[in-house]
Amino acid sequence: MSRRVTLNLGFQGNTRDVTIDIPNDEPTPWQWGERLAVFGQPTPRVDGPLKATGAAHYTYDIELPGMLYGAILRSPWPHARVRNIDLSGAQNLAGVRAVLALDDREIRFAGQEVAAVAAITSDIAADALKLIKVDYETQPFVVEMDDAAKDSAPRVFGGGSNVGRTSSSSIGEVAKGLEVAASTIEATYTTAVQTHVCLETHGAVASFNAAGDQLTVWCSTQGVFSVRDDLAVYFTLPPDNVRVICEYLGGGFGSKFGATPEIMAAARLARAAGVPVKVMLPRGDESRSTGNRPNSEQKVRLGVDRDGRLTAIDLVQRGSGGIGGGAGSAGPFKSVYRCANVRTQETNIYTNAGPSAPMRAPGWPQGCFALELAMDEMARKAGIDRLEFRRRNSDNPVRAAEYEIGARAFGWAEKNEAAKSGGPIKRGVGVASAEWHAVGVSGPEAQAIAHRDGSVEVRVGTQDIGTGTRTVLAIVAAEELGLPVNRVKSEIGDTRFLFSVPSGGSLSAPSNSPAVRQAAAHLRDKLFRIAAPILGAEPTDLEAADEKIRVRTNPSRAISFNDVCKRIPGDSISAQGERVPNYGGFRTDQAGCQFAEVEVDTETGIVRVTHVDAVHDAGRIVDPLTARSQVNGGILMGIGFALFENRRMDPALGIMVNPTMDDYKLLGALDVPQIDVTFFEVANGITNTGVMGLGEVAHVASTAAVACAVYDALGVPVRSLPMTPDRVLAALGHV
Amino acid sequence: MNRDDRTPKSPRKPHAISRRSFIKGAGAVAAAAGLVRVRSAEADEKTLPPGVVEKLGPAAATIELNINRKPVTLEIEPRVTLLRALREHLGLTGTKLVCDRGACGACTVHLDGKPVTSCMVLAIDARGHEVTTIEGLGTPTNMHPVQAAFVEADAQQCGFCTPGMVMSVAAALERNPSATVEEIKHATAGNTCRCGTYPHVFTAALKAAGRATENA
Repeated sequence: MSRRVTLNLGFQGNTRDVTIDIPNDEPTPWQWGERLAVFGQPTPRVDGPLKATGAAHYTYDIELPGMLYGAILRSPWPHARVRNIDLSGAQNLAGVRAVLALDDREIRFAGQEVAAVAAITSDIAADALKLIKVDYETQPFVVEMDDAAKDSAPRVFGGGSNVGRTSSSSIGEVAKGLEVAASTIEATYTTAVQTHVCLETHGAVASFNAAGDQLTVWCSTQGVFSVRDDLAVYFTLPPDNVRVICEYLGGGFGSKFGATPEIMAAARLARAAGVPVKVMLPRGDESRSTGNRPNSEQKVRLGVDRDGRLTAIDLVQRGSGGIGGGAGSAGPFKSVYRCANVRTQETNIYTNAGPSAPMRAPGWPQGCFALELAMDEMARKAGIDRLEFRRRNSDNPVRAAEYEIGARAFGWAEKNEAAKSGGPIKRGVGVASAEWHAVGVSGPEAQAIAHRDGSVEVRVGTQDIGTGTRTVLAIVAAEELGLPVNRVKSEIGDTRFLFSVPSGGSLSAPSNSPAVRQAAAHLRDKLFRIAAPILGAEPTDLEAADEKIRVRTNPSRAISFNDVCKRIPGDSISAQGERVPNYGGFRTDQAGCQFAEVEVDTETGIVRVTHVDAVHDAGRIVDPLTARSQVNGGILMGIGFALFENRRMDPALGIMVNPTMDDYKLLGALDVPQIDVTFFEVANGITNTGVMGLGEVAHVASTAAVACAVYDALGVPVRSLPMTPDRVLAALGHV
Repeated sequence: MNRDDRTPKSPRKPHAISRRSFIKGAGAVAAAAGLVRVRSAEADEKTLPPGVVEKLGPAAATIELNINRKPVTLEIEPRVTLLRALREHLGLTGTKLVCDRGACGACTVHLDGKPVTSCMVLAIDARGHEVTTIEGLGTPTNMHPVQAAFVEADAQQCGFCTPGMVMSVAAALERNPSATVEEIKHATAGNTCRCGTYPHVFTAALKAAGRATENA
């Protein structure tokens, strides 16, 4: 059933032979230096024309006959008990078709769902919310982490403390590591709560059949199957009776998994009204209620010996994800740099604020910011060059190579040595290291179909969060079938297709592409069996290339792909592919590094990022064009986190102060620096495509690199994010 | 006309800002972002005798708009924005609703060739103007040069900001067919892209600018 293959894996100047066992029907993983036809070529995304012309249909754009518009009433109070809800005012408003009180009577943040209505227009639905009378019994609340951690604080969850259990990890002995150090530093770093700000808000269109036993939901989700399963449980329907569709998704960043409250509300209203209902959240509700990246306070201690090697890394961290957890940020401290004595302690503090949700590399941008700025403070104190300090404490050969590529491209040596201007504008440079492990998982299955007219489709129940999933899958299938990419149509975003995993954790490309490659290989083998008698050859002697099926040893003996398809006995033939578990391969981690240059106006405190140079590895890059888009995005989101983004709560009212997009400051076009990206190719042999995810690793180091550059510019660190002018001036002692 | 007369009396949620009060105060914001704000139905008011003020609403009124070079008749409440009229009454869903207060540019359309955020324009105020939406600019099989450049340069990720971004760039290139990257940055300063796809937007705009010069 399986066969043993030896693969040459690794990267330029560092390859080795690795022997693995693979299933017989699995395509052999590509090796280092293997030449491919379309895989790896810059390819415009296949659904680009639909998006650029407004023809791509997002959940927000779904309009069904007779559809109602739903809206959700939310608590204005951060902590309360709902004594009574009077829905009659809303029920009596002309144009209203359904009104529901939602289940949870315990309110723990301002913005929590209380009731929902469906009406014939979105304006009438909004009017109806104002007619619902809710009798709240308000309770004491706390929205600031420091206040919530006090013994005297109002309790977010009744009896217990707001301070969660501390999660600890320890290798070696930190106390001893600090004791033997030639030099140590200790500092506290803080990061703000960041919100996802998906441009398409959360929401769904739900529709039941007349019998009420078939539910179809269009929703803006990162996981159609996870939504299906949640809905099937709630409505006690067999999963097959629930169909979830997401053709296009206007951003998720980790906040769109499962049947979230607005999806549930749409489905419940649809059932109550007996017609389809659309619920798409207004921007303010999106900001308050659908997730955030928790804040952090990170007390860091580092020690180094006389050779500049780390002797101790110690992190004591706490963070608040409101009524949610997951505020830890210890990841980078445990693995980016090598050290014999590492201790981390992470504690969630609960507050009366909207729940956290996973957000692009959860915990890592904030952890990397604290670790890397501490590394720079340590290097300065110990008198070591910052890049050399990192080289000396990293044992990852991929990262070592990437440091050299990045330093050369960025001009690190000259820029790092450049004298500071005597004027008010100071330039500075910084470098930070990334890490991720986006190898993907087994589980997805793919179907590949060839039709008599020569057209080809691949179908997978995944979804495109914006990374170009359709394009990636089309490229992989086209490579295997010897076709140009535009001859393959990718169909995704529907639970009617074969199962796939959620698009999060950088899973999509590495989890789906191997299933598609296997499906395409199986389809190709079926086409070989049709072509073989025509070519007078054995199926195993054939290959697919240049839109032909031909004899490998004599390529002039060939038949066009279209002519083979014409001999398909029925309308089409199809084949399935399975994502098999990961092989050991070369390495399962990703390194990566980013260099940043900033200008800081020491009179106004304004920081401007002028240049970022990124070097990243993600196995074998499927499409350098869309891959570059992802890296640009990771960097820019990181600059926004470094300089602008900050969810503010009013401690007196317990509400979010800046839920709108004019009050919550995001990076814009005028803040965009020059960005250069280099992809460092690694043949990892972990799957048959060797593709790794890129969305998160490209975001991990960006904020840190900017913070390190600001430290270099000023000579003093700004240890709190965002690095707003007031904080910059305070760090300089000007205010 | 006193706009508040048209607003249905209803209890307000604490801290809520109504669209009406916001639109009143938004002129400065729109102007600062380089956008043109529509004055209230000037074209129609000019045709009324002196001292006579048009009275509409709160019930639905019949209005005529010119969308993508075609006249359309709509039965809508006067409070309906141009954005919602396009999306919910005319099925033109390429124009996106994102911030609903003129801060993000996702709903950008052209009004008499100039970019405006359609969430900040009442549909009734678009009477007498030529409205062009993303659908009117080009189609998947017959793309406008800016749309084609966006595809070629991969100036889109999730794609939700893309229609608005395309409309802003297209208007900028109408103003100056050989716009510089600085001009493009200013032209898209009011368009938010959360995926951070700006560098490729700039590339696309410059590609389109080159093409526009060649065609000229």
